[in-house]
Amino acid sequence: MVKKAIKYAILAFGLLFIYTPIFLLVVFSFTPAITLGSWEGFSFDLYVQLFNNAKIMGIVKDTVLLALFASVISTILGTIGAIGIFYSKKKAAAAANVMTRIPVINAEIVTAISLALIFAAVALQRTYFSLLIGHVVITLPFVVLSVIPKLKQMDGNLYEAALDLGATPSRALFKVVLPEILPGIMAGFMLAVTLSLDDYIVTAFTKPTGFDTISTYVYNSIKVPQHSALPQLRALSAIIFLIIVVVVIVLNTVNKKQKKFKEIND
Amino acid sequence: MTLRFSRKQLIIPYSLFMVLFVVIPLLFIVYYAFTDGSTGGFTFGNFLKFFSNSTSLSTLIISIGIAILTTVVCLLIAYPIAYILARSNFKKKNVLLMLFVLPMWINFVLRINALREFLDLIGLLNKAHLFNTVLGMVYDFLPFMILPLYTTLIKMDKSLIEASADLGGNAFTTFTKVTLPLSLPGIVSGITMVFMPTMTNYVISDTLGLGHITIIGKLIEDCFGSRNDWYLGSAIALVLLFIIFISMLFTGGFKDEENGARGAGIW
Repeated sequence: MVKKAIKYAILAFGLLFIYTPIFLLVVFSFTPAITLGSWEGFSFDLYVQLFNNAKIMGIVKDTVLLALFASVISTILGTIGAIGIFYSKKKAAAAANVMTRIPVINAEIVTAISLALIFAAVALQRTYFSLLIGHVVITLPFVVLSVIPKLKQMDGNLYEAALDLGATPSRALFKVVLPEILPGIMAGFMLAVTLSLDDYIVTAFTKPTGFDTISTYVYNSIKVPQHSALPQLRALSAIIFLIIVVVVIVLNTVNKKQKKFKEIND
Repeated sequence: MTLRFSRKQLIIPYSLFMVLFVVIPLLFIVYYAFTDGSTGGFTFGNFLKFFSNSTSLSTLIISIGIAILTTVVCLLIAYPIAYILARSNFKKKNVLLMLFVLPMWINFVLRINALREFLDLIGLLNKAHLFNTVLGMVYDFLPFMILPLYTTLIKMDKSLIEASADLGGNAFTTFTKVTLPLSLPGIVSGITMVFMPTMTNYVISDTLGLGHITIIGKLIEDCFGSRNDWYLGSAIALVLLFIIFISMLFTGGFKDEENGARGAGIW
């Protein structure tokens, strides 16, 4: 009994630690008070202000679009790359694997300044292109790392069988290999979106002036004492939190259903 | 479609991209680190500048200190949680684990802002800069420690524990002689995911340390911003790369392919 109580206490402490700040932010997003902690009656004022704030709305849109662009590029390039690595000779594959691991192991600030240096050498101005490249660099390795295990799990004879049955190599790749590794590709894509949305440091070093993502905007707003947008950011955080809870729950139920479906069919 | 190509040629576009935007940029850092800003000649001066300056040296030491402290605290909190989750008979284990790692998906600047507002509310924000910084780091990186620990603990063969008990080992011996050594891979990959980012994530130290705590990442950022000394900044980056390399040798981070990926496997 005591043991069980201690177990529950530890778990409860962990959850309390993680969720107290988030919970407070959500609660106080429903009152118009400027400082967190003073309750000035229930209202949706902050949400109305947020949705009327064209600047923040534009930044949210830009952040999401950037994450989608970068992730689509990373997913395509990374999937092609993973297939290439998987079928390459040992030396070429090893070299590519080392390159894949560099941005994963490297400190983000080092990746960020290295990109800043080459873009400064090529052109003085940072552009949307340099920002996009930056986000592809930080997300691409994770797509490759998600796809390669699926290639390893795949039955190698499938591709040969397709060729024997008269498929061209490219058709075999699209119709046989691709469906087999699709879960890895999807996982890589989702991971890429998450990493891109979450990024601050590489964004700060590759973005053109005047362009902001949620990360850079929030960081710069926090630095200004009593910034007028801070209360609205509470509402934004609450919305993002809600979206994430819904997405995670939906994905998990879909995953479980797929697994069950597979079990039944096997 | 009459696309004719061999499968291994698919490696080319990827490798080209990585050489162009990962390898060459790193060579730029090396070039800048060994270049004299005023003459353009070869020099060790940038490194001398870094190692002879007591402020930057203390920054390096503080960063390592904060990183060690954060990693240890994360491990001490994450291990019991991961252990209980992995061992429990809760029907909804997965849901509980999900609750613990869910914050990973929320933008970290927003999360740190939430913590900042909370610390402000309880009156701690202006008082304990170092404590707040470490707290923020733990807050941000805890899920990255819980996840690999849980993964190794759940995979562990439970009969080993029964065997240890049958052979007369008490709960403590079983833990120190069986469970702990077997969970070492999880501990190592957790440490890799927490230690390095902690040394350089200056967003957290800036937001919660209110500018009183400078870590090595901030120093590099300053060199590329207000101090405008790219040569020194690149030299510091190389020092950092060296530290990463050393810690990778210790943790064997070059070897494990699946655990090393930050957040890989969460989807």
